[in-house]
Amino acid sequence: MVHTKVPPGTAEHGTGSEAGGRSGRPRAPMGRRGRITAPSGPGRMAALLVSPTLLVLSIVVLYPTIMALRESLYGPKGLDPATGFIRTTEPFVGLRNYADILGAAGDRFWNAFWNTTFFTVVTVGLETLIGVAMALIMHKAFRGRALVRAGILIPWAVPTAISGLLWRWIFNSNGVANAIIGHQILWTTEGFHAKVAVIIAEVWKTAPFIGLLVLAGLQVIPKEVYEAARIDGAGPLGQFWHITLPLVKPALLVAVLFRCLDALRMFDLPYILVGAQKTSVETLSMLAQNEASNVRFGPAAAYAVILFLYVFLIALGFVRLLGADVVGDRAARAASRSGRRRRATAMRVTEVPA
Amino acid sequence: MKTRTTRAVQCSATLLAAGLLLTACGSSDGSGSGEQAGSTSFKGRGPITYAAGKDSSGVVQKVIDRWNQLHPNEKVTFVQLPTDADSQRQQMIQNAETKSDAYTLLSLDVVWTSEFAAHQWIDRLPADQFPLQKMLKPVVETAKYRGGLYAAPASSDGGMLYYRSDLLKKAGIAEPPATWSQMKADCAKVKKLPEGQGMSCYAGQFQKYEGLTVNFSEAVNSAGGVVTDANGKADVDTPAAKQGLDFLAGSFKDGTIPKEAITYQEEDGRQAFQAGKLVFLRNWPYMYSLAEKSKVAGKFAVAPLPGLNGPGSSSLGGHNLALSSFAKNKATALDFMKFFTNEDSAGTFLKDASLAPPYANLYDDKSLDQQYPYLPVLKQSILHAVPRPRVVQYGDVTSAVQQEAYAALSGSKDSAQALKDLQKALQNSTAQ
Amino acid sequence: MTASAKWRTWLLYAGVVAVVAYCLAPFYWMLVSSLRRTSDIFDTSLLPSPVSFENYRAVFNPSQGFTRALLNSLVVAGTTTTLALLLATFTAYAMARLEFRFKRLILTLIIATSMFPVVSIVVPLLKLFTDIGWINTYQAMIVPSMSFALPLAVWNLTTFFRQMPDELEQAAMIDGCTRGQAFRKIIIPLAAPGVFTTAIITFIAAWNEFLIALSMTNKPGMQTAPVAISKFSGATQFETPFGSQMAAGVLVTVPLVIMVLVFQRRIVAGLTAGAAK
Repeated sequence: MVHTKVPPGTAEHGTGSEAGGRSGRPRAPMGRRGRITAPSGPGRMAALLVSPTLLVLSIVVLYPTIMALRESLYGPKGLDPATGFIRTTEPFVGLRNYADILGAAGDRFWNAFWNTTFFTVVTVGLETLIGVAMALIMHKAFRGRALVRAGILIPWAVPTAISGLLWRWIFNSNGVANAIIGHQILWTTEGFHAKVAVIIAEVWKTAPFIGLLVLAGLQVIPKEVYEAARIDGAGPLGQFWHITLPLVKPALLVAVLFRCLDALRMFDLPYILVGAQKTSVETLSMLAQNEASNVRFGPAAAYAVILFLYVFLIALGFVRLLGADVVGDRAARAASRSGRRRRATAMRVTEVPA
Repeated sequence: MKTRTTRAVQCSATLLAAGLLLTACGSSDGSGSGEQAGSTSFKGRGPITYAAGKDSSGVVQKVIDRWNQLHPNEKVTFVQLPTDADSQRQQMIQNAETKSDAYTLLSLDVVWTSEFAAHQWIDRLPADQFPLQKMLKPVVETAKYRGGLYAAPASSDGGMLYYRSDLLKKAGIAEPPATWSQMKADCAKVKKLPEGQGMSCYAGQFQKYEGLTVNFSEAVNSAGGVVTDANGKADVDTPAAKQGLDFLAGSFKDGTIPKEAITYQEEDGRQAFQAGKLVFLRNWPYMYSLAEKSKVAGKFAVAPLPGLNGPGSSSLGGHNLALSSFAKNKATALDFMKFFTNEDSAGTFLKDASLAPPYANLYDDKSLDQQYPYLPVLKQSILHAVPRPRVVQYGDVTSAVQQEAYAALSGSKDSAQALKDLQKALQNSTAQ
Repeated sequence: MTASAKWRTWLLYAGVVAVVAYCLAPFYWMLVSSLRRTSDIFDTSLLPSPVSFENYRAVFNPSQGFTRALLNSLVVAGTTTTLALLLATFTAYAMARLEFRFKRLILTLIIATSMFPVVSIVVPLLKLFTDIGWINTYQAMIVPSMSFALPLAVWNLTTFFRQMPDELEQAAMIDGCTRGQAFRKIIIPLAAPGVFTTAIITFIAAWNEFLIALSMTNKPGMQTAPVAISKFSGATQFETPFGSQMAAGVLVTVPLVIMVLVFQRRIVAGLTAGAAK
């Protein structure tokens, strides 16, 4: 309906995007530039639109973050043996907190590092598979779809701590998980089974997050695209690979990115489900927590900074390698070209009657 | 002493919170509290607050209401903290690091006293203004740091041995066991009974959490060893301590303690006992009235914990009341502390919420024995109790204990090695 | 043809059943546990017997202040979502439709802010809010929640806006719409499923936020639902209030789902209506 509003002249005005697409000629990098030109210039306009967000974020995040960086250079307050009191000032120790983490506490650190990485890779991988499958199923029309779609929200809507408790109960030595498999596994003891318990609980909780975002991504794909594809003679599998996936990729990538960031900071679930100080499931966040709860804020901040850097690197990699669609500068064009071409074709198709 | 993870609800995250940036505020402004403990002047009257975990019995509010009626201009408000003990501690530390006066009085778990005192988050109290001589001695010790009184004992707690009196009687055993070997022998007899088929002998709290520190310390103390000596120095690599740890580790190995008990916290053990799976269980007094409503009602009794060569020693639980250094209206606060911890209030807490009182004579009250038949045993338990290590870095100490004890119990380390490693770890964290 | 269509319908329904079972089985366990008596919480039977509402009564016991807490959660999460979506819409529009320098940097910065754990920003903010007297206010919970709500909303909306063919917008502008109008009347409605999903996800994240809400309030009247739940306790010190925690879990989850159900059609319809004009 909306599409019929498009006047026939659009193509010419749109710097030839359709023509470019149809002829298969590489798109001119100029693509969008200059097309929308506000009187005040896109730069100023953008500044105006972006600055509220940046302002809010710098107040709530930047300032505390800088404080944490600074704190990580200070050691814990010492005990004065004469008075029996903790000194009131923290000694400046430079980078020693970092050196200690990688040196003296190295074994524990690297164990936590690998656990964190392992959990992230496995859980996000499984979540992506399950989430995409969920979205594809939910995207089909069937009776009660709205109900089912709201239903899959449930795991994501349950507060993490409550779901931690729930799974702890399920994995109790006399809990329902053991009753179902008919064999007593002590899930919360050290070993691979503890990891499995955490992964099951985490994937259950967060697969719907990816499912929902991918579903929304599917919904914004114009139907005409599929029609065009069918005219082109693409089968269901071909449609999925060549149309659905490329078009839904941006939404999927953002969902995966946010899941990765969250998974790398995983804390509540292993802490509540399996417990503190269990080598099998200890994550970097748990190490930071351990320092903090023992009132060693410097080392705690150092762990937080290391974790931050790790997460930041992953995110940067994401933005560089895969995020072209998301960030959408000129490089993005190449990546999303195929999808756009199809859409352009589709637009053409709808325009014909007009 | 509340369980670390059981009650973890949302709270776990708090811990994380606390940390990282408390810092930003407390770190290096160096001002500290200029006040040296001991020289606190308890000045100022007016409204104050009492910060503690939620009390579902409602008795705390009842006692506070009583006070508020008497002192309309010095009203006390109950600030409820999360149920999880770690979260409570974290909220209190956050409060101290921001030097906030939001909390006047803090309900401290007994093991936190040293840490809070050493950081000068709480004020030293005038010992002569509290009836300490009427209280059980080990309980008073938990409120002290380096000889000074930093908190007023409000409630106590001690471990007891729950046993199936019906089965023991049937097996022809008249007295509950006083030693570990007697316990094992009694158990063997019970298991020969038709009712004893498939039962396990003994359990405590062996999950890797604070409860394990309690159970490990009890085993070591009951064998005549110590975790830390009177001066707070680690002394756990001893033959006596090894006998204590060997009892637990050996019991796991020979099946005296069921395998799954490595995941037990208080409630799991209670469940197993109530379901008739255990002959003996180490647990706190709270379980008594609950078990009286279960399948084993009337079939069990309590005794002091057994030891190596005679009755053992319990660890101490309970809460003390402390005064935040950053609070206002300290004169009111001091008065309220005296009121809140006096014998009368302690009696109310016992009657309405079954909290073990710090006062010796309340245990001998015949009228209460009817309601709480376990009181005489509990008194013995607390009188012979040994506080858990009273050190500033208690968090590190308990972590190290849990780490090594868990390794020994789960069989991944032999007990000699575990104790050697523990000694080293404790020396590091108590060295400062 | 019909046989294969039938097959595909069956397959679809099998898929739907699998999805529903996967998502709801653990939740079912939560529901069942919440309906057991405190003394039965260790049961592993599939149905509670007898069914007991004691946990729900406990949750709504006036001393828990749970009703008030739900209301507070609604205010905090609702305001956070509205504000975040509003700000994020502007930003996302710029990101999706304008070419300007430092765009990649800004997007990276925005996501970087969401990487520093919430836990590490709580205490400096606590100090700040104490100084300006914001303790026990809604804004003390809403403003910090922006730290995770905004990046999530900006990134998601940017993707969805970018998906929209910009030819449409230009057409509208040729028709005489201003850029703002074109955006409001063309892009937003087309992106409605994305906007709505972003709103749901932001709302849930804010709804379940615990740490900030716990630290910024010390009055029972101001606490949010997750904070109230953390204060549940058993009858005695060591008893786990598992039943009432599960009941509360059900109670904070189900309204969300109902809300989504009710609003889903209306909101999407409302957003789309602009386009039909």
